[in-house]
Amino acid sequence: MSALHTKTLTELAGLLQSREVTAVQAVGACLDRIEATEPAVRALITVMAGEAMARAETLDAEGPDPSKPLWGVPVVLKDLLTTRGVRTTCGSKILKDFVPFYDATAVARLREAGAVLIGKANMDEFAMGSSTENSAYFRTANPWDAERVPGGSSGGSGASVAAGQCFAALGTDTGGSIRLPASFCGIVGVKPTYGRVSRYGLIAYGSSLDQIGPMTRSVEDAARVLQVIAGHDPRDSTSVNAPVPDYLAGLGRDSLDGVTIGLPREYWGGGIDPEVEAACRAAVARAEALGARTVPLSLSLTDYAIATYYIIAMAEASSNLSRFDGVRFGHRSQGAEELIDMYTASRTEGFGDEVQRRIIMGTYVLSSGYYDAYYNKAAKVRRLLRQDFDAALGQCDFIAGPVCPTTAFRVGAKADPIQMYLMDIFTISLNLAGLPGMSLPVGLGTDSGMPVGLQLMGRPFEEADMLSVAACLERNLDPMPLPAL
Amino acid sequence: MKISPQEVAKVARLARLDLPQDKLELFAGQLGDILGHMDKLAELDTDSVEPMYSPVEHTTVLRPDEPRKEHGRDEVLGNAPRQDGQFFIVPRIV
Amino acid sequence: MSRYETVIGLEVHAHLKTRTKIFCACSTTFGSEPNENVCAVCSGMPGVLPVLNAMVPEYAAKMGLATGCEVNLKSVFARKNYFYPDLPKGYQISQFELPICEHGSVAIEVDGQRKVIGLTRIHMEEDAGKNIHSAAENASFVDLNRAGVPLIEIVSEPDMRSAEEAVAYLKELRSILLYLGICDGNMEEGSFRCDANVSIRPVGQEALGTRAELKNLNSFKHVQKAIEYEVARQIDLIEDGEDVVQETRLYNADKGTTHSMRGKEEAHDYRYFPDPDLVPLVLDPAWVEQWRAELPELPAAKRTRFMADYGLADYDAVLLTAELAVADYFEAAAKAYSGQARKIANWVVGDLLPSLGETGIAAGDCLLTPARLAGLLTLVDDGTISVKIGKDSFRDLCASGDDPAEYVRARGLAQVSDTGELEAMVDRVISENPAEVEAYRGGKTKLMSFFMGQVMRLSKGQANPGVVTKLIQQKLS
Repeated sequence: MSALHTKTLTELAGLLQSREVTAVQAVGACLDRIEATEPAVRALITVMAGEAMARAETLDAEGPDPSKPLWGVPVVLKDLLTTRGVRTTCGSKILKDFVPFYDATAVARLREAGAVLIGKANMDEFAMGSSTENSAYFRTANPWDAERVPGGSSGGSGASVAAGQCFAALGTDTGGSIRLPASFCGIVGVKPTYGRVSRYGLIAYGSSLDQIGPMTRSVEDAARVLQVIAGHDPRDSTSVNAPVPDYLAGLGRDSLDGVTIGLPREYWGGGIDPEVEAACRAAVARAEALGARTVPLSLSLTDYAIATYYIIAMAEASSNLSRFDGVRFGHRSQGAEELIDMYTASRTEGFGDEVQRRIIMGTYVLSSGYYDAYYNKAAKVRRLLRQDFDAALGQCDFIAGPVCPTTAFRVGAKADPIQMYLMDIFTISLNLAGLPGMSLPVGLGTDSGMPVGLQLMGRPFEEADMLSVAACLERNLDPMPLPAL
Repeated sequence: MKISPQEVAKVARLARLDLPQDKLELFAGQLGDILGHMDKLAELDTDSVEPMYSPVEHTTVLRPDEPRKEHGRDEVLGNAPRQDGQFFIVPRIV
Repeated sequence: MSRYETVIGLEVHAHLKTRTKIFCACSTTFGSEPNENVCAVCSGMPGVLPVLNAMVPEYAAKMGLATGCEVNLKSVFARKNYFYPDLPKGYQISQFELPICEHGSVAIEVDGQRKVIGLTRIHMEEDAGKNIHSAAENASFVDLNRAGVPLIEIVSEPDMRSAEEAVAYLKELRSILLYLGICDGNMEEGSFRCDANVSIRPVGQEALGTRAELKNLNSFKHVQKAIEYEVARQIDLIEDGEDVVQETRLYNADKGTTHSMRGKEEAHDYRYFPDPDLVPLVLDPAWVEQWRAELPELPAAKRTRFMADYGLADYDAVLLTAELAVADYFEAAAKAYSGQARKIANWVVGDLLPSLGETGIAAGDCLLTPARLAGLLTLVDDGTISVKIGKDSFRDLCASGDDPAEYVRARGLAQVSDTGELEAMVDRVISENPAEVEAYRGGKTKLMSFFMGQVMRLSKGQANPGVVTKLIQQKLS
């Protein structure tokens, strides 16, 4: 059997169910792969070797269970998802010893579906970043080129999947944090409609923007994981009480007849690297060859999206991070004799620069005198952006464009915060609108040799159709290679 | 739209952060640039637009008034930097 | 007549008597071990989310309906951001721009003058935990049992002009809460808390003066004294040419003074914004109508009806309606009694209330049931026992739950009214006390009570006083 780690989740799940591979073998293969690749990639903050093996042994003793769709499958979790009994750091020093006593709902669902949790992935601190360079622990390398970033903030999850350390990872996406690393690492990443997946246990950055989603080596893999984690959760008031369709049913389509794809001029105009545009246009051409119709459109408010996103995300984050005060969990500064000093020292010592910058900015835009000009104004523009999308999605079934103007950039290349924020230009609007989107790898850039991701965006709760179109396109593009690690 | 290091310090205090002078100056410059971008929003006429604070469209999520205890006190206290099995303990409040 | 007018606004926080907290399923049972009623949600752990308790909007809306408020069908929860160890998330979930109720009023009466106090708003919010300070250990101990308990905050217009009006408003508000059954109204235990905003202004001036916020008011007496002290303090300041500072002041019950909470008061910018973890609350108008239909007869209406239907004086009506259980007791007893309701009222006010106060038993649990009280009064009415015996037996009857007629029979407490028996006793008393007899005949008619007392002693208290009085008068005239 060829190296297990090169298989897709779908293939592995089948082999596990038929007992051609045991859970212990699957976990062992991943742990071996982790040991072999981590020195170069450094995707994981915590490797759950002991727990994973013990779980695999228990599963093997019980035997495969066809009612558990992820039985025996090793999965990595972004370190922003609370995992009962396992250190959960959010990529921050302020939580370096935090061990939650409760699972995130998505994590609990993975466990119930028989998955084996194998590691906690590195990330930009508190999900604030686009390159995983803001982790307080170490930086993760792009498995395709160690001098380049894996994207962020779910960079560890993306790298882990691309490096074959696991068969799926959960990431989170607030402004592109699943789609961007998926694009940079050449894998599939899905951001569901806001409210599709429970946020309980997702340590909050931008509460009205965050969603958990799968990062995998194929579209079908992503559909299988989404099937498990999607659905209403009574613990999350913002989770939507709507039935979860069968995400696998439409994956076998072989034609895109009747599908209309919109191409917003703002996402295909100047400022995109030629290699990215070429790869994405080639993919669109393939879609047309499969029967899809393309229409030009305009998302005229695109220029305002970054400001809108950052005001809202930073405002929410500044409030969400107030609970990190050293009282009930997390880092507490020693030597502070008085309470306010203790708070200030703990937070100043525990949070990195980018986090502090965003907390201060968020506090500012909410403060009296500025609330109307910034926060409330941004909320109004948000509605206009959503209306923009609704109008566009009235003219087509899906909107397509590059995930990012560039492929993975070099470490340290975006030192100026605003330069970094501009990496999100094509991804953030979707979070503001709350719509579903995904990144599909469409080839390697001819200049950098690095993966290029095409983004699909759809109407609320139409993930099944979106995955179906993506699967068809995926099957009809040149197979995406794996990085030579 | 510029912001001074003193203003940054004031806002930082509200957020219980204490920055050294060099960082205050660095942040003041960076935050000023960010605010400059944000001021662009003033170009849009939003007088008759309802704010959208969240993409959620449903309303009124309620839970029955029935007690449920899922975790013991030792779990709740377990991550505290200082606790005595009963209370969270913090430095005195002046 | 003072040159200054006092202006008072009150903020009341009332604990809602739900079984669980506002945003999680932890029990709200009072008096549990520290941090026993705490979960990941109410301790503000990373990643947790709030879910609204269905009873909270119902209770809040009922209070709004009971005070003539507009109930906003749509209301929104907002975060109020500040740092304190009893506030786990670093923000309190409250309501800001769109509270659940607005624009109501409460009618009060002070010295016979009726006045309407405006009620600005009622909103829902979560309570904070408790800090216990230990100077000895140089530390504070945090208990989060109370964190997340549902509160309604009731804000009045600055319509009160005296400490008496403030107390009257508080009493009425508390009474309504108890009638609705949504709050314990216990100021000492903290289920009914009050902060007072007090300012003064020269009589005739429209602009409000600078106000001080008074806290730590743990009883109606404290409220009264604190306001009086504060008004005097502010007047002194103004007369000395100084300014009143806008600040929070704590009431010191031992000294009867208020002092500034120095150090805690940095200008609070709470940075309110709608909580993205919660969705707007939209009430079905049918629910609101259902809740309106479920409102009990409220204290003011009950007082008016008691005065009209039972011929009670205002003073008694107020005492009888302060607690719904007492009012219900009174009505049940009055219905069971064939005589005048006023007599029942007297016994309830004069005997039942003190007894309940001493024993801590609720009116509804009293073993001397309304029917039995009516029976007791009937025994007095028909001469079986004297009023004195009735009053003396009261506490026993409350404790034992005996039927009064049985009790009297068993203890042989029936009055002796037989003239022959009584005449013998009277004769004996007269013969044994010649000096007093002479003094009485000489004009000291007050000695009647002496002779009565002697006869009572002989009769072990069971002589019918009316008959005895007549006999003594006859024999000594």
